[in-house]
Amino acid sequence: MGFVTATAPPTHFRKLQAQIHLFTAIAAAGFRRYATYRQATVAAAFTNTIFGFLKAFVLLAVVGGAAGALGTAAGYSGPQLATFVWVGQGLLGVVGYWGWTDLADRIRTGEVVSDLLRPVHPVASYLATDLGRAGFGVFTRFVPPVLVGALAFDLYRPVHWSTYPLFALSVLIAVLLSFGCRYLVNATAFWLLDARGMILAWAIASTVLTGLVFPIRFLPDPVAIALWLGTPFPSMFQTPLDVLLERDPPLPRLGTLAVQLAWAAGVLGLCRVVQRRAEHRLVIQGG
Amino acid sequence: MTVIVAEGLRKEFTVRVKAGRLRRTRRTVRAVDGIDLTIERGEMLGYLGPNGAGKSTTLKMLTGVLAPSAGKVRVCGFDPVPQRTRLARRIGVVFGNRSQLWWDLPLAESFALLRYVYRVPEAEHAARLRECRGRLDLDEFLATPVRQLSLGQRMRGELTAALLHAPEVLFLDEPTIGLDIVSKRAVRAYLTEVGQRGDTTVVLTTHDLADIERLCRRLVVIDRGRVVHDGSLDSLHARYGSRRRVVVDFDEPPASLVDLAGVTVESSSPDGLRVTYSLDGTVTAGDLVARLATGTALRDLAVVEPDIEEVVARLYADSDSQVSWVGSAPTEGPGA
Amino acid sequence: MVSTLAVYRRLVGAQARSQASYRVSFTLDLLGNIVWLGADLLGITVFFRITPSLGGFGFADVLVMLGLSASAFALADLAVGNIEKLRVYVRTGLLDSVLIKPLGVLPQLLALDFGLRRLGRAGYALVILVAALWYADIAWTPEKAALVVVTPLAGAAFFSAIFVAGATVAFWWIESGELANALTYGGRDFTSYPITVYSGWFRRLFAYALGFAFVAYYPALAVLDEPDPLGLPAATAWAGPVVAALAAAVAAALWRFGVRRYRSTGS
Repeated sequence: MGFVTATAPPTHFRKLQAQIHLFTAIAAAGFRRYATYRQATVAAAFTNTIFGFLKAFVLLAVVGGAAGALGTAAGYSGPQLATFVWVGQGLLGVVGYWGWTDLADRIRTGEVVSDLLRPVHPVASYLATDLGRAGFGVFTRFVPPVLVGALAFDLYRPVHWSTYPLFALSVLIAVLLSFGCRYLVNATAFWLLDARGMILAWAIASTVLTGLVFPIRFLPDPVAIALWLGTPFPSMFQTPLDVLLERDPPLPRLGTLAVQLAWAAGVLGLCRVVQRRAEHRLVIQGG
Repeated sequence: MTVIVAEGLRKEFTVRVKAGRLRRTRRTVRAVDGIDLTIERGEMLGYLGPNGAGKSTTLKMLTGVLAPSAGKVRVCGFDPVPQRTRLARRIGVVFGNRSQLWWDLPLAESFALLRYVYRVPEAEHAARLRECRGRLDLDEFLATPVRQLSLGQRMRGELTAALLHAPEVLFLDEPTIGLDIVSKRAVRAYLTEVGQRGDTTVVLTTHDLADIERLCRRLVVIDRGRVVHDGSLDSLHARYGSRRRVVVDFDEPPASLVDLAGVTVESSSPDGLRVTYSLDGTVTAGDLVARLATGTALRDLAVVEPDIEEVVARLYADSDSQVSWVGSAPTEGPGA
Repeated sequence: MVSTLAVYRRLVGAQARSQASYRVSFTLDLLGNIVWLGADLLGITVFFRITPSLGGFGFADVLVMLGLSASAFALADLAVGNIEKLRVYVRTGLLDSVLIKPLGVLPQLLALDFGLRRLGRAGYALVILVAALWYADIAWTPEKAALVVVTPLAGAAFFSAIFVAGATVAFWWIESGELANALTYGGRDFTSYPITVYSGWFRRLFAYALGFAFVAYYPALAVLDEPDPLGLPAATAWAGPVVAALAAAVAAALWRFGVRRYRSTGS
């Protein structure tokens, strides 16, 4: 990311330090901003919890009805599926799939021009804010559903100690990936007058294709693999959950992480390209 | 005939205030603190006050949107809150910052829909709409969806919408706020016309003193929920000793000072060629000019009306210092 | 009452006429609604790939329940869906403009934006219901036919009451609009599956205390000639209208209470 500084370029190290400092400051501001949405946060956590119950029961019924002797459905045991649901609901508030229209709104009102006047790369700025939001979500949107789920259901406990840090890493990558996708969806507003259609299409795809309605592994293998490799969606939701559930042996597990990372890098790179094009268009054509 | 009566109108809100990092305490805010008001049919009343004075709150209580905490209020003989729908038929309201039109539909459709809402006979509706279209120049944007209208166009539409059912009382809450000068003029002109007909009572809340000067014969000023002045614009000037000024340009500095009762020299330019005289109301500008003309040759002169902003600012400052007075509004101006 | 209907009629006509300016977003909304519904169907299809029975019921049975539930919900959304915007109306003060006019508050809010595009979703849901009924190969009787017509309507009334009751949260906690979603969209998800899937206090709460079991589950049992594994008599299939009436009464009371609060505390 290129940061623009107003003064003469200082030594390389100082510049990096300043960049990190700035990034952290913006992230902290994002955290504080979302901390003010008290009622909305409580309401969302509550809704997540209710849906946790609904989905957990259904998936447990699927296991119950499936091959009784094995006690698994598509390779998941009952407790694994319950964990899938509850941790999944917790992730909704951290990774964030819907409801982010900051950029599209600013484009519509024309305020986006002021983004260009700041000495920060716009994508980095929005990313930092989003990380602040995700950080806030870890405490307020992740913990409650997982806690309730653990109390009400029999959840799966990871066996290896390495699963926890891997899970955290996977969630972080998922946040980056989700941010990139949301950014791109919003950025279509630079070209289309009304981004609502794209936003709706995104909401649908990010619900169905990520594993929220049903785990992707419930689909026939070729379809699941095609989705996993060819679209970013499973990497945003299914991957961190499968990592936590230790669904695969270590090597394939790392493989899914690699796919996730690749998608995140690709999408974020695309964001930079799109941003440059959009700025070009803004500057040439006016707001 | 009295159209609006308010006695001891009061409205209190409980506000949550942050006290320290985590706790919140409650505090009662008196937005309206005992307002008495009597408005006759056909009056055009300006309701003026600084931000947070309680103007909008009073208006909401008069129209049935908000229930008073205490006090009595009757509009067109109805009690606004319990008899909301019956009163609604007889009043028209224009809010400056919110719309009563259907946002996504063309303006004309909103008018048509309102005919059904207010049950206006078709012929009357058509006649009034025709008149408004003419006086407010609506034709050019009648078919545009309301969300695409400029603020000025929208306000003209709102005013029309409020008048289509021939209301007995027209309430306007900051109607000219944010409007361009052309739209302001059109709205004011039309309101003046409506007022002159005498069958509609107009109550206008505003910040904009120009509105007051051009439209209202009677002025009620409120501050901190209390009435601090209720009378004509002239009486306001009289109360605060506002003075008209006459600015005279001489060919040469006047030899002698003007010796005329009621005239004082307020200021003069360093070279003495421009003198500002202040008149206290007992003497007219004509008298002064006549006296001046007998002496030195006058090059030019201008008569400056008292600045209402200055008066009102002083009024607010006064009520600030006299806020501890309970009940009645101050009747004497400073130094009087 | 008459003038309210006249306003509605006029409004629907006006909206239909102004479609041209909206064609893109109208089509997208329509498609979106259809895809949402398709997601539910897809979910169930995928589940039955893994298991032959869900809560003791087969694919055809669950499909009928989905059809009844989706129809009820879509019809309710069509009728009162706009009430979800209440929190926006309160926040922007638009509610004041509504209070100024000589009509009831609720009818006006619903008439502010008639859900023409939700028509597509309702149509699609009814198609699914019909397809499900055909697929289930039902032994039809006049009684069952009547039940199949009454159930979505009663369910729609029920969901409408839930919509309105949920929206009134905006009068008290303006930013908590999502709370209602737990009950409305959650309720819809709940009723799409047989209640045998759920267990314990959760089932008791949602199915019986809140009444969601009477929207699709019990009527479906009657239509499919299945006995209730939970032991209730077959007559409960007709409990829908009663439950809906109760819910409507509660919602009406909450609404009146909410409007009164708004008018005493302002926005």
